[in-house]
Amino acid sequence: MPSSSQTLNGSEIFFECLRRENVEYIFGYPGGSLLKVYETLYDVKDIQHILVRHEQGATHMAEGYARATGKPGIVLVTSGPGATNTVTGIANAYMDSSPMVVFTGQVPSTLIGNDAFQEADIVGITRSITKHNFLVKDVKELAITIRKAFFLATNGRPGPVLIDMPKDVLNASCDFHWPDTVEIRGFKPTVKCHINQVEKAAYKIAKAKRPLLYVGGGVISSNASEELRAFAIKQNIPVTMTLQGLGAFPGNHPLSMGMLGMHGTYWSNQAVNNCDVLIAVGARFDDRVTGKIETFAPQAYKIHNDIDPTNVDKNIKVELPIVGDAKHFLAALLEAMPKKVENLEPWLSEIQTWREKCPLTYTNEEGKLKTEFVIDEVSKQTAGNAVVVTDVGQHQMWTSQYYTFTNPRSIITSGGLGTMGFGLPAAIGAAFGVKDRPVVLFCGDGGFMMNIQELVTAVHYKIPIKIFLINNSFLGMVRQWQELFHKEKYSFTDLGDSNPDFVKVAEAFGCKALIAENTDTAQQAIKKALAYNEGPVLVDFRVEKKDMVFPMVPAGGSISDMLLARLNPKTMV
Amino acid sequence: MKHIISVLVENKFGTLNRVANMFSARGFNLASISIGETEDPEFSRMTIVTNGDDHIISQVVKQLNRLVDTIKVTDLTRQPHVERELLLMTMKLSKTQQHEIFELINVFKGKVVDIKQKSITIEVIGSPDKINTTIDIFKPYGIKELARSGAVAIHRGE
Repeated sequence: MPSSSQTLNGSEIFFECLRRENVEYIFGYPGGSLLKVYETLYDVKDIQHILVRHEQGATHMAEGYARATGKPGIVLVTSGPGATNTVTGIANAYMDSSPMVVFTGQVPSTLIGNDAFQEADIVGITRSITKHNFLVKDVKELAITIRKAFFLATNGRPGPVLIDMPKDVLNASCDFHWPDTVEIRGFKPTVKCHINQVEKAAYKIAKAKRPLLYVGGGVISSNASEELRAFAIKQNIPVTMTLQGLGAFPGNHPLSMGMLGMHGTYWSNQAVNNCDVLIAVGARFDDRVTGKIETFAPQAYKIHNDIDPTNVDKNIKVELPIVGDAKHFLAALLEAMPKKVENLEPWLSEIQTWREKCPLTYTNEEGKLKTEFVIDEVSKQTAGNAVVVTDVGQHQMWTSQYYTFTNPRSIITSGGLGTMGFGLPAAIGAAFGVKDRPVVLFCGDGGFMMNIQELVTAVHYKIPIKIFLINNSFLGMVRQWQELFHKEKYSFTDLGDSNPDFVKVAEAFGCKALIAENTDTAQQAIKKALAYNEGPVLVDFRVEKKDMVFPMVPAGGSISDMLLARLNPKTMV
Repeated sequence: MKHIISVLVENKFGTLNRVANMFSARGFNLASISIGETEDPEFSRMTIVTNGDDHIISQVVKQLNRLVDTIKVTDLTRQPHVERELLLMTMKLSKTQQHEIFELINVFKGKVVDIKQKSITIEVIGSPDKINTTIDIFKPYGIKELARSGAVAIHRGE
């Protein structure tokens, strides 16, 4: 590595900084403002540049990589349209707190503000969807800015940071200096929880009769699964998880309740409704979890641990806020409770009753293929060991219900923003990060079309992802809402007449493709796909067109409004 | 309830935009915002006047703190503080009402900053309440144009 006295140009500094941040992959696309960077890149051997086919794809790949590995995902795109194409991916990473550093080229400083060719005010555009962003105006500021960006993206609540680099800054030269430390006056996240608050929590939990752990993505991003497992098992407290929290606690453990909320399990939602102490860890009381705020966990003393103070008391007023890192909180709580909570058996058996009353089930019908079966089968054949990526919609909710997640960093899904088109690129990014586990993508036929161009990327780099296309020829989740709440007016959700032949499309991209129309062919196709590692493989599962995801708590409804099945849609429970 | 919040921020390009943008993105009320460099040119001080119940104000303070360019946020509302606003106002000037106008300027401890044949421009400094009253009282004399600075506020010293 160059010593700090060497004179380098902006683009050389850029790569020097990435090396020092241990970057393995850049997901990028070249363009006019970045010509100097790509000139330097030509001779860079130790950082691999992955050429995407659309800048949105780069951002989702970077996020998939980040979520699978815990390391920040890196995006490199040109100015103007290159930059604006990253907006959805950045917003997605912001909502789901994924660490990401996005580098955008910019027109020369002297032209900024002049409506120059391929100019967009990307710093202005992304201000509300980044943790922070920077416009570098002087090459001397480039190294420290990159250092700060990585620090911001990965510390505290993770998130995306953007650096806009004008062309002249990348061309200019200066002495390269990599700062040993980084100090940002306005960014001092509270990592360690206040011990008095933890003791207060321990006191309340010790007296609880019906305690419940409600854990979210924060447990995954702070790598606190071990601490969670130790605490929950020692205290015998059941654990319900958010969509992003799945895998934080092993799904096959008797204390695992699966997911809560709109499409959560019946017993999870009943437990929330009846618990007397709710311990929320790294979760943010999202509206998809709470439904109607007034009736959420009405009897519970609520303890809320989150690293971001703005999450506390935002949606739900809690009795005991504890700001800090989930890993620290759970470790401190374990230590603060040397004795076991007594007499939780009645509570656990009550939960068991709910579990038996409304289990998650489906019935296979002759000659038909149900999504639940496909997901269940993949779960069995991978023994819950895959990194599962989803797109957005019905298949995503069924994945949360029927795939048994046993490890953290096993589900990569667009939760907050709900970005259709996320799945395929995110799966590719995840596969760059994880080589020792299969990467499986569940994707609807609607969302698959939204970033289908990235199939080329997967083929080109021989990425062995298993693309399980849940093809019901409908925008299924919207269709479900239309049936339930919009007078069965199936407005623009039927894709049956317009969808392409996905097998032919995949083959045209150079991707192996299979088709499955019933349970037998599905089972075999899954087996074949899991065994194929030469590159991507797509299975077109022709599933039931009109199936719906249950249980379901209608938006803004209470647990008591939960719909359990289609035939008795107003079953009050 | 009205709150007056003092925010010490990095004196950097785009900081005002970040703060104002956060208010609009989160649907918070923003009655006024004023900003100026402090004794240390690395920092600026913002005075923000906003409305909301305790829950909203606590979110406003937390969201302000969350911005990376924010150094310190202080809700001055319930603390001893001094709050001032500057009003510049041009009014019609007629021979018949001239005398009354000058009397009122004295009452409000205002200053005449410009005077022409048919118009007069005055400055008045005071709390936003006093500025509101000033405008109300002068309205009948014919206000041609006015500009308010928005409140600036500071802690009272020890």
